[in-house]
Amino acid sequence: MLTFSWRLLWRDWRGGELRILAVALIIAVTAVSAVGFFTDRVDHGLQQQAAELIAADLVVSAAKPVTPAIEQGAKALGLQTAHTIQFRSVAIAGEKPQLVEVKAVSDGYPFRGELRITDAAFTQDRATENIPASHEVWAEPRLLQMLGLSVGDSLQLGAISFTISQLLTYEPDRGGDMFSVAPRVMINLDDIAATQLLGQGALVNYRLLIDGEQAVLDQFRKEIKSLKLVDEKILSVSEARPELRVALERAQQFLGLASIISVLLAGVAIATAARRFARRHFDSAAIYRCFGATQNKIILTFSLEMLWLALIASTVGVALGLLAQAAISQILDKLFLTSLPAPTLQPVIMGYATGVILLLGFAMPPLLALRQVPPLRVLRRDQVPVSTRSWLIYSGVFLSMASLLYWQVHDLKMVVSVMGGMLATISILSLAAYALIRLLATLRQRVGVAWRFGLANIARRQSDSVIQIVAFGLGIMVLLLLSTVRNDLLDGWQKSLPEDAPNHFIINVQTDQVKGIQQFFNEHGVQQPRLHAMVRARLTHINGRRVSSDDYTSDRAKHMITREFNLSPAGNPQADNVIVAGSWWQPTDHGKPLISLEAKLATRLRINLHDNVSFDINGREKVFKISNLREVDWQTFNINFFTVVPPGVLDDDPASWVTSLYLKPEQKSLIAPLVKDYPNVTVIDVEVIMSQVRSIMDRVTLAVEFIFLFSLLAGLAVLFAAIQASQDERRYESAVLRTLGARRSILLRGLFAEFITLGALAGLLAGFAATTLAWILAEQVFHFPYQFNPLIGLAGITTGVLLVGIAGVLGTRSVLSQPPVVTLREGV
Amino acid sequence: MDSQQSSGFVQAIRLGKQVTTSEGPLVILDDINFSVPAGTSVAILGASGSGKTTLLGLLAGLDVASTGRVMINDIDLGELDEDGRALLRAGSVGFVFQNFQLLSGLTALENVMLPLELASDSKPKEVAKDILSRVGLVERLHHYPSQLSGGEQQRCAIARAFAASPEVLFADEPTGNLDLTTGKRIIDLLFELNREQGTTLIMATHDEALAGLCETRLNLQGGRLVQ
Repeated sequence: MLTFSWRLLWRDWRGGELRILAVALIIAVTAVSAVGFFTDRVDHGLQQQAAELIAADLVVSAAKPVTPAIEQGAKALGLQTAHTIQFRSVAIAGEKPQLVEVKAVSDGYPFRGELRITDAAFTQDRATENIPASHEVWAEPRLLQMLGLSVGDSLQLGAISFTISQLLTYEPDRGGDMFSVAPRVMINLDDIAATQLLGQGALVNYRLLIDGEQAVLDQFRKEIKSLKLVDEKILSVSEARPELRVALERAQQFLGLASIISVLLAGVAIATAARRFARRHFDSAAIYRCFGATQNKIILTFSLEMLWLALIASTVGVALGLLAQAAISQILDKLFLTSLPAPTLQPVIMGYATGVILLLGFAMPPLLALRQVPPLRVLRRDQVPVSTRSWLIYSGVFLSMASLLYWQVHDLKMVVSVMGGMLATISILSLAAYALIRLLATLRQRVGVAWRFGLANIARRQSDSVIQIVAFGLGIMVLLLLSTVRNDLLDGWQKSLPEDAPNHFIINVQTDQVKGIQQFFNEHGVQQPRLHAMVRARLTHINGRRVSSDDYTSDRAKHMITREFNLSPAGNPQADNVIVAGSWWQPTDHGKPLISLEAKLATRLRINLHDNVSFDINGREKVFKISNLREVDWQTFNINFFTVVPPGVLDDDPASWVTSLYLKPEQKSLIAPLVKDYPNVTVIDVEVIMSQVRSIMDRVTLAVEFIFLFSLLAGLAVLFAAIQASQDERRYESAVLRTLGARRSILLRGLFAEFITLGALAGLLAGFAATTLAWILAEQVFHFPYQFNPLIGLAGITTGVLLVGIAGVLGTRSVLSQPPVVTLREGV
Repeated sequence: MDSQQSSGFVQAIRLGKQVTTSEGPLVILDDINFSVPAGTSVAILGASGSGKTTLLGLLAGLDVASTGRVMINDIDLGELDEDGRALLRAGSVGFVFQNFQLLSGLTALENVMLPLELASDSKPKEVAKDILSRVGLVERLHHYPSQLSGGEQQRCAIARAFAASPEVLFADEPTGNLDLTTGKRIIDLLFELNREQGTTLIMATHDEALAGLCETRLNLQGGRLVQ
């Protein structure tokens, strides 16, 4: 049986019966394994480099200096310790300011992994066991490019002028580019006090790195657990860099979804090709039955043949996937990790499983009909099998899709919503395609013979035409969304911001600096900014009940409950805030322990109006009553807070101040003198951050577009499968028409007309769908008015006409080359 | 005809076939009774629409009778399910068709190998080559059916029918699609192989001359046997 099925495979391959099936399979497996290989490498990199990613075996992380008792405990057990402090600040070279990410490190850092440095840009770097000496700074090469500096130049950080002594090319706990908006500068921890950068309430991350034997570390963990720490977080190797893992998971889901579109389209091509394959094998099956093959033997033989095909196509697909993932890695270069390990076997298994499930799921239902071919067909050709029940076909397809999707995204809820969404999209597109085809009928009487022939073909093979239009429509729609519409959305959003929307944030301002800073801007002709005080606090109780992250299921809520809130005193609500419950306080309420919460936060944490909430402010517990709930428009770039309290409540608590303001291009030069006067203050240029975000988005989009290229290829496979399915019929028709005197050129023009129209319809549909989606995204998700872009429709139609027109004519041209007499003698 | 116990013995007992149409039941075959001793040849004669092909289909177990029984080697086909009948065919039955029924995607050699492969023969290629050379197609082993003439196609089909050494061979108008000269050559070949292998031959035809070559003739008219 194995040998026989293998021979059948070879015979059918030779006869050209399996090519579309194989190509569709290869496309799907390549797409899936390319994504699989890439995410596998990042995932594996995260696991392998876990200890490196926190630069130690254990890390205690906090927003304020780590409680000394912890370090004492570690030292008492003989563990080694080191410190790092990280924060954002503005460095100044000459008069040029630049946002940087400062990391101050102590001797011993890093315990895991190594620092790599070089003396000059573009030279071979080397590992070092040292850290920057006092008054020296190691800078990331891109900082020097940005500021036009070189090694040996000086760089002002806070109150100290540092000498750039080395270029820092690698630090183990940095992660990838996605998380480093500003370039890194590394200094010695001993210099930190002298820089005066760490003011009260500044956004700083303090870390205590611990190194030692596992057994001792375990004991240490137990000891610090008993200290019931609130402000400190313990990070061990297994919990290293959760944000990296979340980002990877998102990337995996998104790229996985993108690849699943190719799988779906490949499935359609496979189902179409398999239907033809089955039809063309009715005679073989009848002969097999006649020569004594049982029904089970027939189905087993064809199943084995399909299995061989799946294995061979998957092997090719996996190999191509390996090449394609190199392209993705190149596009997303260093976004996640600076170096990626070799891929494992997991994506290979995934590739093969996709191939087998896809082929069996989509091809087997039509092939099952072969089991039912009556042996009597050898005597009477009109005997055809009872058609396989359509529910069987659809449930096979549905189950295969759902299981592949689940494997890609590991999220049942997402599988359900994506399958539902796909079903709805496909139904809507199919209905629209059907309506368009019906509309074409009205045109038929007004066009020449060639066009009439082409349009008649579309109408006659209506269901095939609908499938082709939808398949291409989907592919083109996604490309339109990713290319044109993405830019439209970004531009639209930027245009929706007022001209003078704040473009700079100033943070870490100390109470005694407020007046000076307001005066500074006043003197330089900038509208005096309103500074907001904020006091850091941790939510501890709701209505007297202690809260913990275990009380909530959603990740957002868990994150909210563990983060520090900024309580900001204000007499009046911000202009863009809307009170949705309760009422704002009166001047007579000032000094009373009331609080205003952002409405979504209150819902998420299940806090209601008039509830009591307790905050730990610098070790003291304070209870506030919810006086009102507010809706906040976070997109205005105005300073807003989740938690606002009346003035006078927090006067005794240490506050830091923050503001946002609009600086005209010519006023940007004010930043350098401001930072020189107030070294601890950090100025963040929104435009710089935006361009950074845009460049990351560009790369991620490019990677997604790359994956969607496969869906376009799969769309082509659908077209060729449909062409192949109609080939025998087309050949016969063209023979009849030519016998009746139709010239070859007329028939060729007819084919052009058919496929150009199909392409135009698919493009039109894609343009319409992409615009609708963009409009929904703009109005409903991002809340800004969407500007319709007629070019999208035009781009869709052009893409469709070129792609489908050329491919279609290429695929069907051969029906015109065979002499009519040969075709007529063979019959259909 | 007397009952015989040797293999290749075919018997029809009160055999009938009727189908339901929109205008009521339509009788195609009615009360057919005959026996074919092993190793002999029978011609089923009749005009188009007389039920020849239906009878052949029932005898070969390709179709199910409405009434009566078909016995091959004393096995009642009616008591076998579809797969049981297939297994019986695999071991004992061969076919030659009017329209040859060669699979267009397979070469002559592969077409002949097919029944051997289905019966899990250990050397399908050797056996197929052997029989193809026997029917004079040794030069045409790797040709596809479309590259063979009508006579060559039927010779190939005969080679395929005899490849698995069947006990009973059913032939449906084997010369129906061939010219007179070619048809005669094909018939000579068929009977020659039939004699060599001692096969029971049951042939449906409307050609009196061809029927005359068989030991027994059965005349079918309007679905009934007439003498």
